[in-house]
Amino acid sequence: MKKEFTITVYTENHVGLLTRIAIIFSRRKINLESVNVGPSEVEGISRFTLVINEAEEVVQKVARQIEKQVEVLKVFFNTDEEIVWQEMAMYKVPTKVIAEQVKVERLLRQYGANTVVIRNDYTVFETTGHKEEIDALAEALAPWGLIEFVRSARIAIIKASEGMHKAVLEFEAAEPSEPAVENEFLDKRDGVFTM
Amino acid sequence: MEKTLEQKAPAAKAQESVTLTGGQVLLEAFIQEGVTTIFGYPGGAIMPIYDALYDYNEKLQHILVRHEQGAIHAAQGFARVSGKTGIVFATSGPGATNLVTGLADAMIDSTPLVCITGQVFAHLLGTDAFQETDVINITTPVTKWNYQVTDAEEIPAILAKAFYIAGSGRPGPVLIDITKNAQLQKMEFSGYTKCNYIRSYRPKPVVRNEYIEQAAAAINAAERPFVVFGQGVILGKAEEEFKAFLEKSGIPAAWTILGMSAIPTDYPLGVGMVGMHGNYGPNRLTNECDVLIAIGMRFDDRVTGRLDKYATQAKIIHLDIDPAEIDKNVKADIPVWGDCKETLPLLTALVDNKTHEAWHQKFKDCAERENEKVIQDEVYPTSDALTMGEVIRNLNELTGGDAIIVTDVGQHQMVACRYAEYIHSKSNVTSGGLGTMGFALPAAIGAAYGDPSRQTVAIIGDGGIQMTIQELGTIMQFKPNVKIMILNNCFLGMVRQWQQLFHEKRYSFVNIESPDFVQVAKGYGIPGNSISTRDKLRDALTTMLNHDGSYLLEVMVGKENNVFPMVPQGKSVSEIVLCREDMG
Repeated sequence: MKKEFTITVYTENHVGLLTRIAIIFSRRKINLESVNVGPSEVEGISRFTLVINEAEEVVQKVARQIEKQVEVLKVFFNTDEEIVWQEMAMYKVPTKVIAEQVKVERLLRQYGANTVVIRNDYTVFETTGHKEEIDALAEALAPWGLIEFVRSARIAIIKASEGMHKAVLEFEAAEPSEPAVENEFLDKRDGVFTM
Repeated sequence: MEKTLEQKAPAAKAQESVTLTGGQVLLEAFIQEGVTTIFGYPGGAIMPIYDALYDYNEKLQHILVRHEQGAIHAAQGFARVSGKTGIVFATSGPGATNLVTGLADAMIDSTPLVCITGQVFAHLLGTDAFQETDVINITTPVTKWNYQVTDAEEIPAILAKAFYIAGSGRPGPVLIDITKNAQLQKMEFSGYTKCNYIRSYRPKPVVRNEYIEQAAAAINAAERPFVVFGQGVILGKAEEEFKAFLEKSGIPAAWTILGMSAIPTDYPLGVGMVGMHGNYGPNRLTNECDVLIAIGMRFDDRVTGRLDKYATQAKIIHLDIDPAEIDKNVKADIPVWGDCKETLPLLTALVDNKTHEAWHQKFKDCAERENEKVIQDEVYPTSDALTMGEVIRNLNELTGGDAIIVTDVGQHQMVACRYAEYIHSKSNVTSGGLGTMGFALPAAIGAAYGDPSRQTVAIIGDGGIQMTIQELGTIMQFKPNVKIMILNNCFLGMVRQWQQLFHEKRYSFVNIESPDFVQVAKGYGIPGNSISTRDKLRDALTTMLNHDGSYLLEVMVGKENNVFPMVPQGKSVSEIVLCREDMG
């Protein structure tokens, strides 16, 4: 039976690793519902948070395939019950509507939206919450002239992760990571020796 | 820009550096890694490496192939026979894309390779430069690891990682793409350090004793235990440990196509090959054993047949070095993670001394049945037309099982793997997982370099030979000793067999015409012969084997012969059929 799983992956910060992990899903025609990649809490180590809808058996196999990659440190997969998660969204609405429509003001209060920027022409709000909450506010604002809407990927904390942070810290301390090597020549057209 | 050695600290003598180009550093790294043979093809973006190679002619033997696919298959053949890492050079763009089939083949068959591709200058990346292609992303799914070098300073450490990753754990192909500027760039080279640790990489899982104990208990309690082993035994160099385990436990053992030759074919506890065209007993009795011990194999669908009817009665013990293989296809009751070189002796120590005579008798009964219904007719035919089986039987009698047998893909492959005899490990080279037609000729070239002391016999169909026939040019130029045996049935035989059995004999594009192979070989300076009658077979084989150097022998065999037994697709291994009449 398919259900929502959140996959957390600790990796080296290397060029190309995103592809190497992404193709493990695309090869099996699994859609990634949400992808968040960035530095983990420990400098030098990246953290992927991926969301898919799949049967647990499939998720376990996929997790093992990810963990097999040379530059992957550790993979966890969890159901929604096992994690605390949030997404963030920003909503750009005409300032005039907020000033004049009490209903809109109520909506924003009801969803706990915070103001990020106020300008004469538009105002940007942000909320954090589960996907459904974010969707609901976006939908409710739509009739009032939502100018732009953007959401982030899911980020998640694993409830039973005692010792994980410490393990990652110790891992990094034992042998510090090397910075990602990038192409230093892309903007040095004439500086590169050619034949 | 020459830097003199005097500029360096005089005290650190061992650390003294020399100024070398990236290309030279690469070759120095190869020498440190014990590389002797490179299979490659030059081109624009790899020219600085080839320029460096000009001065390393004494230390590194470079075999100029005729197509990059030939280079990588040759490197695979070399690796499979020698147990070392195969090396490939190719240029950027088409040179690199021509490696893809070989990479996929090496990936699925766990063959250690380090492939070096040239790449356009780093500043041109992403500009659609001449012969630029995104090799890293094209090859990501078919490499164990790949990396693009844009700065020569990276080369020593990256090469060390490449060799370590390719050869350790479950081996596989690694591709290093080096931009031309990095090949040309001069750097201070102060020695090469091999890599034996990468912090994020666990080549071998930690062996867990509780699983060893559970496995031993299950084996000791079993009445009908059965071993199915794969290439893991060979890759783990655990042939002796494996035999010790079998001899103490007395368990009948069947090989997968890639596990073949890990134990001699006449080894008393060996019961033959599993799989779609494997032996009758091991397939059928898979569904009668009470404990199935899978060792270094991955339950390929060609081995398991219908999965929901595969050994469901048995407790499954799975020994594998790759944790991702456990539970992938068949759920393991007892997963024994680890290198079988380590786990097998631990298991041997705990298993009881047994002989399982009654159980072995069942395999013998099945073998007798198969012999009667299939084998006799195949290897001692009474038909007019020659059979592939009798060719292999005669070959066995002449080589005594000492030869390296390289096969392509199709009917001849199945027949060769069913009937070829082996006395040495690492003697069966075939494209197992990917089923790459065109594999055998170049792989045989590589195999001949991998172990020049033995005969290398390439057995190829009339279809497969035409896919990489250009490599006859490589043989012409470098003169490895390769005996090329074409089993010609004037058909793409395996597809024809399926069309006959499952598509109402609608022979759709399986009728393939061939050139005069003997004349083609002659054009390349390779002597040859073509025969079509039984009375000429023995002499023709003897002439081929005794010829000093490469030789091509075409044997015209029965056109519509089928390979049996067969586990029809979608059927259970216990539904294996011995002949067409049994298919219902």
